[in-house]
Amino acid sequence: MTVLWAIIILGALGLLFGILLAIAGKVFAVEVDPKEQAVLAACAGANCGACGYPGCAGYAAAVARGEAPTNACVPGGADSAAKIAEIMGVEAGEGEKYVAFVRCSGICGHTKEKFDYEGLDSCIGATRLGGGSGANICAAGCMGFGDCVRACPFDAMHIVDGIARVDRSKCVGCMKCAEACPKNLITKVPASSTDVVACNSHDKGPAVMKYCDFGCIACQKCKRECPADAITVDNFLAVIDQSKCVHCGHCAEICPRHCISDVG
Amino acid sequence: MLASIVSISLGAILVNNFIFSQFLGLCPFLGVSNKMSTATGMSVAVIFVMTMASAICWVINTYLLIPLGLKFMQTVAYILVIAVLVQFVEMFLKKSIPSLYSAMGIFLPLITTNCAVLGVVLLNTQNNYNFLESVVYGFTGGVGFTLAIVLFASVRERLEFADYPKAFEGFAICLVAAALFALAFMGFSGMKIL
Repeated sequence: MTVLWAIIILGALGLLFGILLAIAGKVFAVEVDPKEQAVLAACAGANCGACGYPGCAGYAAAVARGEAPTNACVPGGADSAAKIAEIMGVEAGEGEKYVAFVRCSGICGHTKEKFDYEGLDSCIGATRLGGGSGANICAAGCMGFGDCVRACPFDAMHIVDGIARVDRSKCVGCMKCAEACPKNLITKVPASSTDVVACNSHDKGPAVMKYCDFGCIACQKCKRECPADAITVDNFLAVIDQSKCVHCGHCAEICPRHCISDVG
Repeated sequence: MLASIVSISLGAILVNNFIFSQFLGLCPFLGVSNKMSTATGMSVAVIFVMTMASAICWVINTYLLIPLGLKFMQTVAYILVIAVLVQFVEMFLKKSIPSLYSAMGIFLPLITTNCAVLGVVLLNTQNNYNFLESVVYGFTGGVGFTLAIVLFASVRERLEFADYPKAFEGFAICLVAAALFALAFMGFSGMKIL
């Protein structure tokens, strides 16, 4: 009998409280902007933070309030930008898609090392040694311990032949890898770019020649032969202006050091 | 009557402070005490839930559970009441004070499992308090919680600028400060009014 009473009393209490909560739920209902929900659905939903807001929900709320641009969702690219612009009823801005690029060509067997490194399996750990360059003689180059690989939420970074490489079909341009790289090797380039200088060394030519088979020696050949005048040599390193590049691939062919990557 | 209420109040706030003497409700005490604004917000929510829970649980215990011989169901029934109250406070805050709602974040639903709240209603039953005494104990228990968390939040805000060894950074220095606080509150132990 006691058991029966216990069940009845607790059941009745539960029912009573449930009804009270249901009423309170109606009274205190908070209206959520339907635009916010729609924008959230149009985002890529990776919560990567590349837009500069705390997660997709934060971005969606900011867009719905009219404070954020409609094309800030990097992983979503032009698709998301178009959808969000449609929801908000504004013109879609230029949603150029960007990808990460590792500015190093120093693959295994083509660079020289100062010593055998047997420490922590991480780039940050390795840079503490050897005056900030790790075991590599090249202070600017990739060490291949893969801090960027671990940082990538999209499985787009891989260590190939001892250096980090970006898989452009998977990269969304969130640049988490660039934050993880202690050598600031990784930059943002337009996804349409085909020719990029895969070297980050500002050392003078003879110095580079000593330790790397593929480092830029600032010979200026690409600068002279570029049909679009898109290449400059700044502080012993060639730089391609992607807004001027015509994607002819000529510089990649003629570079004596093969450090211009013809990724297209 | 008045004497017993004064005695209960002082006991709950100072002598048997829920956090520093009974070590109940440590989770929100450490969790939301890093900023004064969230600490006061949490305190207000806890005072409200504790007072309401004391009142409702006393009624349920006296008029339902004891007459039917269901005293063994106390804990379950109390948890039910507390869970409903927390839900209610959450809805209310979300509607009327959204900034406080987002500032408290996960700790608001965690009041459900805040042992200080369950502790206060169980102690009410254990000490055979009448309705008024229960409500006073619930309210002053919440005030004691507020005193502890607000004092601690002000200490933590100053700790931000303090120069302590790197190994103590973050949670470790908080626990050390909390321990020193508890030591200070031990000074009240054994005091009795009346």
